[in-house]
Amino acid sequence: MENLLTYMIFIPVAGAAIVLALPNNAKLIRWVSAAATVPPLLMAIWLFANFDRNQAGFQFVEKYQWIPSFNISYYMGVDGLSISMVLLTALLCFLCIFASFGIDKAVKGYFALFLMLDAGMMGVFCALDFFLFFVFWEVMLLPMYFLIGIWGGPRREYAAIKFFLYTFFGSAFMLIAILALYFTTEPHTFDMTVMMAQANKFGTEVLPIWPFNQLGWGFQHAIWMAMFIGFAIKIPAFPFHTWLPDAHVEAPTAISVILAGVLLKMGTYGILRINFPMLPVATADLAFWFLGALGAWNIIYGALCAMAQKDLKKLVAYSSVSHMGYVMLGMASFTTQGINGAVLQMFNHGTITAMLFLLVGVIYDRAHHRDIDGFGGIAAIMPLYMGVTALAFFASMGLPGLSGFISEILVLLGTWQKYPILTIIAASGVILTAGYLLWTMQRVFLGPPNEKYLKLSEINGREMFTLVPLGVIVVILGIYPSVVLDLLRASLDQINQVIIPHL
Amino acid sequence: MDLKNIGSLDFFYPELIISGTILLIIVLDLLVRAKQRLALMALVGSVAALVATFDLYSAQPGWLFHRMIILDNFSLFFKVFALAAAILCILMSLGSNEIKQVYQGEYYALLLTCTLGMFFMASASNLLMAYLSLELVSLTSYVLTGFLPRNRRSSEAALKYLIYGGVASGTMIYGMSWIFGMTGSLDYAAIQAAMGQPEINKTALFIAFIFIMAGFGYKIVFVPFHMWSPDVYQGAPTPFTAFLSVASNAAGIAIMIRFFFPGVSRMVPGGEWAFISGVEWPHVLLFLSMITMTVGNLCALNQRNLKRMLAYSGIAHAGYMLMGLAVLNNEGLSAILFYVVVYLIMNLGAFLVVSMIANATGSEDIENYRGLAWRGAVIPAACLAVFLLSLTGLPPFAGFIGKFFLFAAVLKEGGAFFILALVAVMNSVVSLYYYAKIIKTMFLDSPNLEDKTISIGAQDFNFTLLLPLTVLTVVFGIYFGPLLRYTNQSLSFFIK
Repeated sequence: MENLLTYMIFIPVAGAAIVLALPNNAKLIRWVSAAATVPPLLMAIWLFANFDRNQAGFQFVEKYQWIPSFNISYYMGVDGLSISMVLLTALLCFLCIFASFGIDKAVKGYFALFLMLDAGMMGVFCALDFFLFFVFWEVMLLPMYFLIGIWGGPRREYAAIKFFLYTFFGSAFMLIAILALYFTTEPHTFDMTVMMAQANKFGTEVLPIWPFNQLGWGFQHAIWMAMFIGFAIKIPAFPFHTWLPDAHVEAPTAISVILAGVLLKMGTYGILRINFPMLPVATADLAFWFLGALGAWNIIYGALCAMAQKDLKKLVAYSSVSHMGYVMLGMASFTTQGINGAVLQMFNHGTITAMLFLLVGVIYDRAHHRDIDGFGGIAAIMPLYMGVTALAFFASMGLPGLSGFISEILVLLGTWQKYPILTIIAASGVILTAGYLLWTMQRVFLGPPNEKYLKLSEINGREMFTLVPLGVIVVILGIYPSVVLDLLRASLDQINQVIIPHL
Repeated sequence: MDLKNIGSLDFFYPELIISGTILLIIVLDLLVRAKQRLALMALVGSVAALVATFDLYSAQPGWLFHRMIILDNFSLFFKVFALAAAILCILMSLGSNEIKQVYQGEYYALLLTCTLGMFFMASASNLLMAYLSLELVSLTSYVLTGFLPRNRRSSEAALKYLIYGGVASGTMIYGMSWIFGMTGSLDYAAIQAAMGQPEINKTALFIAFIFIMAGFGYKIVFVPFHMWSPDVYQGAPTPFTAFLSVASNAAGIAIMIRFFFPGVSRMVPGGEWAFISGVEWPHVLLFLSMITMTVGNLCALNQRNLKRMLAYSGIAHAGYMLMGLAVLNNEGLSAILFYVVVYLIMNLGAFLVVSMIANATGSEDIENYRGLAWRGAVIPAACLAVFLLSLTGLPPFAGFIGKFFLFAAVLKEGGAFFILALVAVMNSVVSLYYYAKIIKTMFLDSPNLEDKTISIGAQDFNFTLLLPLTVLTVVFGIYFGPLLRYTNQSLSFFIK
């Protein structure tokens, strides 16, 4: 299986090219696009099955010279952390193609852009050359901008440009940081593994200029911050989260799923892949405030915002802000449980939120609105729908036996050893989460059936097809989380070991 | 080598070919009925000159015409560049309705004369020669700007251009006279030798540089010598605007690099340049660069006319290029050369789409681009989107690589240059807003009811140019090794 990662990334690109060349037949285009996402999914499963779980380093590595004079190479490889994300991406992209079958405006453009987006996301998780990483990171923006902007809701233009500007703003800082690291390594290189090995070269002496001298920050801290801004916007961490509700509400269902399921993970993935191993001293110094405390704040703030929402999709969007807070908090603990829990939470949030957005899409397609108070008694009209929604809600709430519980409890266990106060704050977020989800459930599903919606049709086969695999994963990981945890352990331990001496 | 008049002619044939073509066009204009043939004539002449220029790469570098002009890889690079721009401009003119209504014989003759002037700008090694070549380019540009008959805006633009140009070049030649007074020579090599003398008055030198900058700055279009550009860009015929925006800018860069680098600074080992100590020149450039890009980008935000917006964006790009000059290292210079090539492709491409849409709708207002993609012009709209995103500096387009090298050159210097880099990336973010606004107008907005569908047939001549430019924008964004090697090789100066 040579060059597997390359095929995995570029088969969707080829798919996009084929889609563009096809005649204007919506059905054909849909099925060809679906076919283009199957090989990456199979490859991701193969990677998952064949990955050597006892080895921490990068596997399935590919390396070719790209621009020798700048020491830029086409360098791909995966470890446990990336495989979990690649698997999530491949799965969600495959399912979302089916969730997009309802799109009927400029079908060709939609699916071509979607496949480009797929490739960009895969690339980010596999790239081991910083230049390549940045290229994929940015390449992903464009399709996303158009997908929200053309196929979105009424305020789509505003949401699309906001998303674009926020992310571009963040990546501008990242670009400077990348170049600064490049010129600090010897010999100059964009190779991430070399940068990790030379982490001690990134100076920590306090910089003599304001504001760094006041804060006691060195070069490493400044770079950490620049990277962090880029990643925090993606997570999205408070106060950079404001693009998220807008983008989610306006985006078509499938794109919301991708946004929440994959794009948000890029932020936390980036911090683990780049900030942790390359800038360990700064990570140790800054983690409490910028990951731990901010994460806890995200949990509470997101939950409170979610509670106040009237729009079902916006509620799910804010619940994402809240749940991503657990990931940040878990990372900041530097304990095995905490960091494993954080990455497991990334995976679980990907599957659970994907379900939630798909479910919102189901009801929106039928009722044409998402006003929480505008429903009532849906349980009697669509019992199967109610059942699936309940599963997703309970998983999101962290009910034992479902996957969300495992990751949240691991995060809290890990954090308790380091920051008890933050853990207490974060744990109270669980109550808030239960509060807004149950309250929503009550308003939408319970009570007397709404006269207007007596004729709503039950969830159909295609919709179930997108939901069932996710539901199965949620249940399996709730009972037997080792499937993913075994994959992560060695890689995350290695990342963690770099930080421990600097604490 | 240091050749006299007759001996120099052996290394001067590209210029001779161009001059011959110009004369031929003027004569044939009186005889030929189908004026399109004159464009073909100009095209053939330019291609022949291009081949001849490439042929000169095998020649020894040296002085020609009693040290008036220099033949080295650096000048050849800008000659090739000027010809490429001219060829593209001629092709663009062939597909433009605007050009059909002007006196085509004169148009092409003047265009080639302008190109000839750029040849001299790239290779001048004497202040007088530099001045004359700059004037040759300017004078032809004034005429071409006002070339649209019975068009008030075009005439107004030409007059503004003339007045600004007159003042700027007057200031420049005054500065040059100071240099002559201090060093006793107009020859760059002699000036460089004199700069080493301790008795040179640093303050006077600084003032002289400022004066000279007025002339160069007005060609490269940086703040505060930029006022003419929005009006001229908007008023001039679109193909010529495209030519002006890239070629004139590049020629200005060439003459500036030639004067400030091999002219007054010295190369030290390790790819750095040593400027005369005691003259805070690099810092002036640093500030000019920051101000130029910021002013350009902020003014572009609220433009209603696409050509005018591209004028302001051009100012911003001049600011980015100045970064490469301010850092005083070879990486910076190489990045500039790379950037001008990339800028040629993407900016000409953008103007080409403007010209195509103007052919169909008769207007360049952004309002007119509403829902363009859904009005039967999806390919031009998609191409324009690629060019604009490339201008923003997004991968995988060539503009990103250009900016990347510029930033790399800046960050290599470190220290205060971090601030410059920070200002520059923030400017890129600002620029995304107005470039994306055009993309939004074309793709995200639905067309107004009264907007007509645009029929641009697949046989439209402009496609033969548009598609290659788009492909190049993408290709140079992914595989830019050969171009990088070429620009690095072009950084060899006869005087060091």
